[in-house]
Amino acid sequence: MSAELAILASLALPLAGAVLIAFAGRIGVNVREAATMLIAGALALIVWSLVPAVAAGERPQVSVAEVLPGIELAFAVEPLGMLFAALASMLWIVNSLYSIGYMRGNEEANQTRFYALFAVSLGATVGVAFAANLFTLFLFYEVLTLSTYPLVAHKGDRQSVASARVYLVVLLSTSIVLFLPAIIWTYLVAGSGDFTLGGVLAGKLEGAGVGVLLLLFVFGIGKAAVMPVHPWLPAAMVAPTPVSALLHAVAVVKAGVFAITKVIIYIFGVEHLAGAFGADLLVFIAAFTIIAASIVALRQTNLKRLLAYSTVAQLSYVVMAIALLTPLAGIGAAVHIVAHAFGKITLFFAAGAIYTAAHKTEITELRGIGRRMPVTMMAFTIGALSMIGVPPTGGFVSKWYILAGAYQADSMLALVTILASTVLNAAYLLPIIYLAWFAREDEGDGTPPARVHGEAPWPAVLALGLTAALTVGFFVFHGAALDIARQLLAGF
Amino acid sequence: MRSKGRISHDGKIRFARGEALLAPHLPHLPHLPMLQVLVPLLMAPFVLLLHPRGLAWAAATAASLMAFAIAVVLALTVVGDAPLTYQVGRWPAPYGIELRVDDFSALLLLVITGASSVTLLGGWQSLARALPSARQPYYFSAWLLALTGFVGIAVSADAFNIFVFMEVSSLASYVLIAGGPDRRALSAVFKYLIMGTVGATFYLVGIGLVYMMTGTLNLADMAVRISDVADTRPVLLAAGFITVGLALKAAIFPLHIWLPNAYAYAPHIATAFLAACATKVALYVLLRFDFVVLQHSASEHAVQFAGYLMPLAVLGILVGSGVAIFERDLKRLLAFSSVAQIGYMLLGASLVTIAGLNAAILHMFNHALAKGGLFLVVAAFCTVAASSQLEQIGGIARKMPWTFAAFVVCGLSLIGVPGTAGFLSKWYLVTAALDYGALGIALVGVILVSSLMAVVYIWRVVESACFAGEFGDDADSDSETAAVPPLLFIAVWIVALANLYFGLASALPIELAASAANLLMGNAP
Repeated sequence: MSAELAILASLALPLAGAVLIAFAGRIGVNVREAATMLIAGALALIVWSLVPAVAAGERPQVSVAEVLPGIELAFAVEPLGMLFAALASMLWIVNSLYSIGYMRGNEEANQTRFYALFAVSLGATVGVAFAANLFTLFLFYEVLTLSTYPLVAHKGDRQSVASARVYLVVLLSTSIVLFLPAIIWTYLVAGSGDFTLGGVLAGKLEGAGVGVLLLLFVFGIGKAAVMPVHPWLPAAMVAPTPVSALLHAVAVVKAGVFAITKVIIYIFGVEHLAGAFGADLLVFIAAFTIIAASIVALRQTNLKRLLAYSTVAQLSYVVMAIALLTPLAGIGAAVHIVAHAFGKITLFFAAGAIYTAAHKTEITELRGIGRRMPVTMMAFTIGALSMIGVPPTGGFVSKWYILAGAYQADSMLALVTILASTVLNAAYLLPIIYLAWFAREDEGDGTPPARVHGEAPWPAVLALGLTAALTVGFFVFHGAALDIARQLLAGF
Repeated sequence: MRSKGRISHDGKIRFARGEALLAPHLPHLPHLPMLQVLVPLLMAPFVLLLHPRGLAWAAATAASLMAFAIAVVLALTVVGDAPLTYQVGRWPAPYGIELRVDDFSALLLLVITGASSVTLLGGWQSLARALPSARQPYYFSAWLLALTGFVGIAVSADAFNIFVFMEVSSLASYVLIAGGPDRRALSAVFKYLIMGTVGATFYLVGIGLVYMMTGTLNLADMAVRISDVADTRPVLLAAGFITVGLALKAAIFPLHIWLPNAYAYAPHIATAFLAACATKVALYVLLRFDFVVLQHSASEHAVQFAGYLMPLAVLGILVGSGVAIFERDLKRLLAFSSVAQIGYMLLGASLVTIAGLNAAILHMFNHALAKGGLFLVVAAFCTVAASSQLEQIGGIARKMPWTFAAFVVCGLSLIGVPGTAGFLSKWYLVTAALDYGALGIALVGVILVSSLMAVVYIWRVVESACFAGEFGDDADSDSETAAVPPLLFIAVWIVALANLYFGLASALPIELAASAANLLMGNAP
């Protein structure tokens, strides 16, 4: 398959797959789940087939239509997008496996709609990853928002509808009021929104305008959850856990930081931005988000909400790293997108497995649960260690590069922020691990556990085992990801 | 015949010369501007005779589709090419009656005939339920007369003929609105009648004054001669009368008060038709007059035009959207949204730049797609729901998921989400406003804030359709085909897909709007 065809196929397959899943749902649940797995597998194969070419320095691209004069619907694969698409498509397989266990275990309603919309969301994610210009990126960014809205509102009760409303309003309003004007401004000033190495704004926009435009982008891309546009992320936690795991720890949120990274490297240009005041300000904002979100996470009692705030903080690691504008930090940003994905999806999988098996959502309920669900809690522990950045987990690798980048940039602020946040991460994650492994189940109020349970259904356990293995494996085998990330250095 | 232009290297969209391409097959091409009016006009009395059930509808639909076909051929002929003119009775222009189809009128003709065709096509069951069968021939006859009036306005190059066709379309529209079973429509239409007549009279007074000063009724001739009498009191007065009269017809804030009730209580299908094109036709005449004819009527006409209408546009956008947010009836909600959307078009025009006019004209097309689609979906909802109150349609998405999906698509187009037609007009409008300097940035703020308000009012509908009670879970998805008439379902999806198609491959309307804007600003290509 030629690279151009592979790009188009990777976009069309999930969308066609959504229709296929919808029809398969009428035949039977097993057929539907088989179709999902098949489509996820095929998508991963197609996306990964692009990796060798991109790693070899090629940049396959394809233009679909000219929507307005000078504004195209076009796709181009560059290293960062490759990394993101490969990551999302691979984790979709694991996540589908997990979904089967979770959705059946909890006897959720409307599962066909769930699987079909999941496929649409993945299609939109790949579209964001492969977008060749700002317009295309924006198009798929909005599709991603809209296709995940019904997934957040999945339960359909009062609370999930209200939370889904927050989700939609924050994401749509930031994108319409800030992101869109930023895009139009860029097109007006630069005459083009194509992602170009070295940026398109150099020499066309100077002075305070650069900073203002950068802030428009950063807050307009609400999916990156930089404070104060983060409230949609905790709100999204009402969704079924597979949605939180793949979409709100990987695909959607990473689409946000990915877009910011792309805008900084390919629209502003690192060199152009280095002189402007905007980048320094962005480091401040990201650092504030990291610390503030970590402190908020400390005070959470609900496991998924705690993880959501942890995600808010971790996303700003990427934003801060790229805003440092040094090569090593750039690599760190790219690698952190991957490393955090493995760790956080494991944590969410574990949280969902606990909910499925024990119907527990609060942290205080987790006393001694490690004895009942050893595999799940083992995976949770690995994920938590990765969040903190303890070797031998993937989180250590990216933190290493970001720290090195901070040294390179000579940014005390970034260094202190990372160290402080490491302490805070440990402070909100380690107590959970302690409770799960070392506390006794009946120590709480003296009542025996309401329910005798073991592990969650096997597909869920298998899935979280796999991602835990990936988290550890990434510590050693991150060479390929690093090679692709290094190609970004051409932009520095 | 090609439906799509090619984009050449300089970024301009070029079309093959339609005339040369079509001429061998269409010997009647020069007569098409006249036929555009004659087809619905001659069919209207004929329809009266068709009493057997459904026949009147079929004949009206056929006539409407034929008019649409003519409009498509006309659009492909004039796009990127010289306008078509037609001298009625071969009397030359300033003395005889002239019909003239340029890019602007071609775009409007597409909107009018397209809206009429799609709504008629899908509207049979809905209208048959609303009207006693004895009255149906009269109703469809009125429909064709309304269509005649609208297309007549679009093709006329003569101020008085525009008035005549305006009266034809208005009188027929009153019938369309009041002809349904809802008695509240009578008081609504009475208000419309009074205000519409005032508007038409104002227009006529203005024309009379201009005629008195210039001695001509032909628009092109008038534009030339009016500069001789510029800044005289009768001409200034005429400009005021014409602008206010047409603003009444176009439901420009604060002269919109006839619109919400008229739309809300009319038969659903008639609402879809009128919402898609009625106010746009009046706005078309307004732009024609203010940009072509009256441009030279006063030394600072453009400044006055912008100074008076821009605040009204902004107010219309904000107030219309704001009221829509709190509206409990779906049809009234969409009607107030129309008031806001007319504000968008007026805002673009009041910038008095080519880019602004371009955005305004393009939005006429795109808004017709979005709003026509939304009202068609309302008609589909109302085949099972008792009324268009939001609580009555609660949970209807479970009953008819695909129809509801079309509502979401058209709603997204109304909001201006990328990938839909509405996004393109928003893009053009924001671009035009940004070019306008410091005030433009404030206008961008208005546009974006009102987009958010659109998110809110569309999503109120989505939430109640998805999550509220009423249509319980007993309704399985197979019953959708039973609930929604198949033709209506098809019509709804034609419009929804058009919203998507023109969001990605919009060469024809963009080209028409661009050259129409050039035409109006006086430097025709």
